[in-house]
Amino acid sequence: MNTHQEHKYSVQEMISDKKSKKNLFNVTEKIVPLFLLLCAVISVLTTAGILFTLLRESITFFSEVSLAEFYLGTQWSPWSGKFGVFPLITGTLLITAIATCVALPIGIASAIYLSEYASNRSRKIIKPILEILAGIPTVVYGFFALTFVTPILQSVFPELKIFNALSAGIVVGIMITPMIASLSEDAMNSVPNRLREGAMALGSTKLEVTIKVIIPAALSGIIASIVLAVSRALGETMIVTIAAGATPNLTFDPMQSIQTLTAFIVQGATGDTSYGSNIYFSIYAVGITLFVFTFAMNLFAQYISRKFREDY
Amino acid sequence: MSRMRRRIILNQTFKYVFIFAMSLALIALSVLIYRILSQGLGHLNIDFLRQYPAPYPDKAGLFAGIMGSLYLMLLIAPISITIGVSTALYLEEYAAKNKFTRFIQTNVQNLAGVPSIVFGLLGLTFFVYLFSFGYTLIAGALTMSLLILPVIVVASQEAIRFVPNEIRQASIAMGATKWQTIWRIVLPAAIPGILTGSILALSRAIGETAPLIIVGAAAAIYTIPDSLTSKYTAMPIQIYNWTSRPQEEWQYIAGAGIIVLLVILLLMNSIAIWIRNKFQSRY
Amino acid sequence: MSVAMIDEKVEGEIVEKNSSIFKIEDFNLWYGTNQAIYGVNLSIPQNKITAVIGPSGCGKSTLLKTLNRMNDMIPGVRTSGQVMYNNQDIFRNKQMVEELRTQVGMVFQKPNPFPKSIYDNVAYGPRIHGIKKKKVLDEIVENSLKGAAIWDEVKDRLNQNAFSLSGGQQQRVCIARCLAIEPDVILMDEPTSALDPISTSKIEELIKELKNNYTIVIVTHNMQQAARISDKTAFMLNGELVEFTDTDRLFSNPKDKRTEDYITGRFG
Repeated sequence: MNTHQEHKYSVQEMISDKKSKKNLFNVTEKIVPLFLLLCAVISVLTTAGILFTLLRESITFFSEVSLAEFYLGTQWSPWSGKFGVFPLITGTLLITAIATCVALPIGIASAIYLSEYASNRSRKIIKPILEILAGIPTVVYGFFALTFVTPILQSVFPELKIFNALSAGIVVGIMITPMIASLSEDAMNSVPNRLREGAMALGSTKLEVTIKVIIPAALSGIIASIVLAVSRALGETMIVTIAAGATPNLTFDPMQSIQTLTAFIVQGATGDTSYGSNIYFSIYAVGITLFVFTFAMNLFAQYISRKFREDY
Repeated sequence: MSRMRRRIILNQTFKYVFIFAMSLALIALSVLIYRILSQGLGHLNIDFLRQYPAPYPDKAGLFAGIMGSLYLMLLIAPISITIGVSTALYLEEYAAKNKFTRFIQTNVQNLAGVPSIVFGLLGLTFFVYLFSFGYTLIAGALTMSLLILPVIVVASQEAIRFVPNEIRQASIAMGATKWQTIWRIVLPAAIPGILTGSILALSRAIGETAPLIIVGAAAAIYTIPDSLTSKYTAMPIQIYNWTSRPQEEWQYIAGAGIIVLLVILLLMNSIAIWIRNKFQSRY
Repeated sequence: MSVAMIDEKVEGEIVEKNSSIFKIEDFNLWYGTNQAIYGVNLSIPQNKITAVIGPSGCGKSTLLKTLNRMNDMIPGVRTSGQVMYNNQDIFRNKQMVEELRTQVGMVFQKPNPFPKSIYDNVAYGPRIHGIKKKKVLDEIVENSLKGAAIWDEVKDRLNQNAFSLSGGQQQRVCIARCLAIEPDVILMDEPTSALDPISTSKIEELIKELKNNYTIVIVTHNMQQAARISDKTAFMLNGELVEFTDTDRLFSNPKDKRTEDYITGRFG
């Protein structure tokens, strides 16, 4: 009659026999989500920890050095007690500007080529190469800037210093190019084909389609990619530490040696800085300045891509 | 008609402008690789891999760096993958769609954009001073774990989201509990994606220098770490140290170190891509 | 008092053996503010095939998923009324839901094997319920695959991934997976809608076979299928149960005008 009853067991019976174990399951079912939540909270705690660290040590710093002196002062020589952060900010901006000049045209052009012109085959070859470029450690880029780019630039501009903003800026630009290229390409790729076909059917050339249809449609994604890349350039540390120097000059001359916010943090943390000294606290004041810059850029990028999310 | 011609010529011209601009990036990569190989290959030998740091270029080696990076990985991988995958599981499988969940999600995104050196400052305050670990292996490993955590969370979330809902339902319908379903069905199905993301994140950690400098990885290390509270170094720290010495010979040593680092990164990336391709066409 | 209650219960069970395994009483269901099911009363007979038909969106799948409480997983679902399974209200006892699902199995619309071997697919149910002995599992897997009429096709490749099978074979493996924990009831949610005609007829044969040991509730939008395989048919429309009677009677002599319109193809 019942085929299963021909056997010497019944599965349902065996399952009920194991019921005692069910209590254990119930405990697991309650504990596991708690554990997972705890882990999720760690990322929140990390942010809180970053804010706490930066704020606490900066507040200590600003009780010694006034906010006005820090942000309006034009001389940065902490070892002789001069804490005017302005030269570090201009140094950072100079590097970021040079990097953007390099990365913006190359990155956008690569994105346009990959998204609109390249065959599937060449895309399959080129994209991984760009990924490699993005995965190279920054210390390697720094080495490249100092030992290769600087000597070449020096043969063109003999007045160029060994440590200079130009070389470091160019290499930071190379570093952030893949970011702009791949994020912008994603944005252009997600423009639906019917928009392309519509414009093509009207007799537009590929270039016209790209400029008049694709770029406007993907603009928010493209801008977001640029903002993110700029934020990366602002926070880049090793390339500038190795190749741009450690002389906080208030200058926009790319031939000069400068110091960025990040490079000072490295210098301040590795020199014979003692815990609790003004210099020790100053690296946090510099850190919070950097953090505010990059955080604002990231929020801006998120805002753009949310606000102008394309509705096709 | 001449207008049409102009448009077509313009189109062709710009195609080559785009190709030219892109090849600049590719040329930069080739030159970089070529330079490093030509500088470093001559100094790359077994002794270089076996020797400790030394004040003389021909005696200097990467052994302490390799072992330091290896020990760091052995700590970072379990810490960051456990926390990262758990966070992803919480967000994807358990969290209600409310403000708190969105807050955690936004927070992870923002954390991914924080410059690595700021993580160094976090590690310096908390792990080095507040927890009194000092300039030790564990302080470095914890700092780096937090640094790559957002990358692992995001990659794992994508992998978990990729698991079709139908097989979750099939498991629940058999009387499996939620956790049984996650542990036996969702996680195994998401593992390839999680692994790929984690390996890529770890390869970022292995090349990171700035936070390690801040939390006190030292350059002159003549032993291998034997406990969590040992002093330590790492490959990029050695390379940075050699790069910043003025004598030209050190550049060749740095070049040799970079080759080793890049080979290891290439290996890790190949494994990640291999896993991705092998399991990609599952559903 | 208590004696009387026990008597009643025993009496009830004796009656149940021959009649209904599920008793749905005045059942309503809402998704958020949208009501999907309106005041359904229905008794599902044991060891029979009950088909639920109706146009898409009529609530037939929702009703089916109520029986093993799969609707619990959708946020914002509310219910009222009773669903009695073997004289127990399935909504009363929160702890019971996993137990309910081991006794009320389910086969889905699209074949949904796990990305595991055929063996591991079928052994999944017993394993999660704590059965670990290899010998016992081997036997369960073989019996279940035989029960789902697919043993001969897969016995030499039990360790292959279930995705390597055809759609129809996958669906039979899913049925075997369901049989492996020997449920009393098998719910089938349009189990052949994603399959070709040949696979469909194989599965229909199988369903008729399974009737001997299992109570089957099948949702289908294919009226011929309901007519071919079921003993009883329920017709639903706009969340209401319009008519429920013997399949022959429903198709030959429907009482309700709306049923007649539907089965003669005037709408839906």
